[in-house]
Amino acid sequence: MTPDKIHSIEILANNIRTDIIKTGYLSGKKGAHFGGSLSMTEILATLYGCFISYDLSNLEHRDRVILSKGHAALALYCALFERGIITKEELESFEQNGSDLIAHSKRDLSKGQEFSGGSLSLGLSHAVGVAYACKLKGLTNRVYAIVGDGELNEGLIWEALMFANQKNLSNLTLIVDHNHLQADGTIEEIMNTDPLKEKLSSFGFETQEVDGHSVEALFTALSKPSATQPSAIIAETIKGKGISFMENKAKWHHGSLNESRFQKALKELGEDNHG
Amino acid sequence: MAKINVQQYTGSGQAAAIFGMFLPDHIEQYPHMNVLSADMSVAASLDRFIYQYPDRFTEVGIAEQNLVGIAAGMASEGFTPIAVAQAAFITMRAFEMDRQYLGYMKNKVILVGLNAGFYLQYFGNTHYCTEDIAILRSIPNMTIFSPADAGEAVMAMDAALRHDGPSYIRLTGGSQAPTVYHEQCDFIIGKDIVLREGSDVCIFATGACVGYSLQAATILSETYHVEAKVIDVHTLKPFDTETVEQAKEFPLFVTAEEHSTIGGLGSALSDYTSLKGGYPPIMRLGVHDTFSKPGDYEFLMAQHHLTPEHIAEDIYHQLQK
Repeated sequence: MTPDKIHSIEILANNIRTDIIKTGYLSGKKGAHFGGSLSMTEILATLYGCFISYDLSNLEHRDRVILSKGHAALALYCALFERGIITKEELESFEQNGSDLIAHSKRDLSKGQEFSGGSLSLGLSHAVGVAYACKLKGLTNRVYAIVGDGELNEGLIWEALMFANQKNLSNLTLIVDHNHLQADGTIEEIMNTDPLKEKLSSFGFETQEVDGHSVEALFTALSKPSATQPSAIIAETIKGKGISFMENKAKWHHGSLNESRFQKALKELGEDNHG
Repeated sequence: MAKINVQQYTGSGQAAAIFGMFLPDHIEQYPHMNVLSADMSVAASLDRFIYQYPDRFTEVGIAEQNLVGIAAGMASEGFTPIAVAQAAFITMRAFEMDRQYLGYMKNKVILVGLNAGFYLQYFGNTHYCTEDIAILRSIPNMTIFSPADAGEAVMAMDAALRHDGPSYIRLTGGSQAPTVYHEQCDFIIGKDIVLREGSDVCIFATGACVGYSLQAATILSETYHVEAKVIDVHTLKPFDTETVEQAKEFPLFVTAEEHSTIGGLGSALSDYTSLKGGYPPIMRLGVHDTFSKPGDYEFLMAQHHLTPEHIAEDIYHQLQK
């Protein structure tokens, strides 16, 4: 990965992060899932900036991105907007009455959305079905499932992992957004997933741990999926990353921005420098 | 609709007819079909199917929630998955998956619930399934079939495979259940079939209770001189209201189902008749808000007054009131 490419993906991540703040702010007091959206910004920027093939005129061969942590749909909408798959008007309809762009995404391939997320763990089970089906069809695409670390509490996750191993779903990459916070506290306090790498490895996944805010590290990890078994990337992240008053704060899992905090957030993203 | 030789299924259980005979015999008609099992292939008589068509079969292990998730993922890629598990587990353990992946996302998955009702006999209440119609009826976009015998189970499967949407096929009765259909009938989703005409009482029955209701009608006629009309409600949802309208002048409606009287066929009928006046009262035969004392199938059906003799007696006594 060249320094120029790294820089361009970092700019993309910053744009997605700025979109998250602006769009979340527009939702007003309804609030938005800022914390878990901001923790996976580099993951989405690297995926959509470097790896995802998504051609509306050739959907069969597209790569599938299944957001199992469906509450972070805001980040997905912003990445899809930056990628040109949804429009600014559509993005700004976020959480408006009658809009399909609600807190949890709803399957609509014309808008880049693979899955109706919201109920945790259902995305991964669906994703292993999709990966299995793509293999049966002989496609050469990849299926990426993005899962939260709190979501790993759900039993269905482990049923899905076992199936992926049983069927050698080498076209599947599981990405765990390991931001260490769930609604009631830290992962370690609520339901510890450690040792996560060993757990995923023992379930048959070739597993890497990376800095989930380093686009270079994410790029390297995503570039080397196993040829023979499913792959997993544990992305070490910070919930609320990039906004000082949101970082590592469980209450920013879902919250609303007032005017002064909105301005402070934009300033931290350097938005005042380039409008 | 496929040409179906119903007679060859006489004497089989519903699952054996579908999976042991019909699907392997007619696989060329359903090119996208894939059968998924939650460790239930032996119970569902899938051995021959798997031997002949291993690449059309997917085993997911004892994991009904994942079964529905994988099936939905495959459906979203253009396959037509048939997900097979015990009725109690595919509808209750996996209820949220049924609701989200099938109802909400509209993935065309065919759920097959083995051994609904009381067929698991000495296994006990964990394995009986008398709630499935009630809970699945509450899911938008869901079609619910409850065939009367093996031949109709095959017709329901063919209809489900051709239907553009998710569905659930509830299998009841065993190989000993009475045969209702001796030849192919005009099986249309959401269109009841009148099996016997009468003018004293109208029985709406579903699943294995259709055969028992026909036998009850014979007893009613021979013993009590009561002539019963018997209707096979093979589709619980969408619910056929036309047959209800046609029977409006009867003095009594009866529903017979191997299911709770809460939320099942009896509820579906009264949901409709309660909208406006002028319908007869409804006597609901089924499981009255209770768990069961385990025993053999006949013992269980008798306990809930669902044998032909009980159905006939209860109807006769109700008409005397």
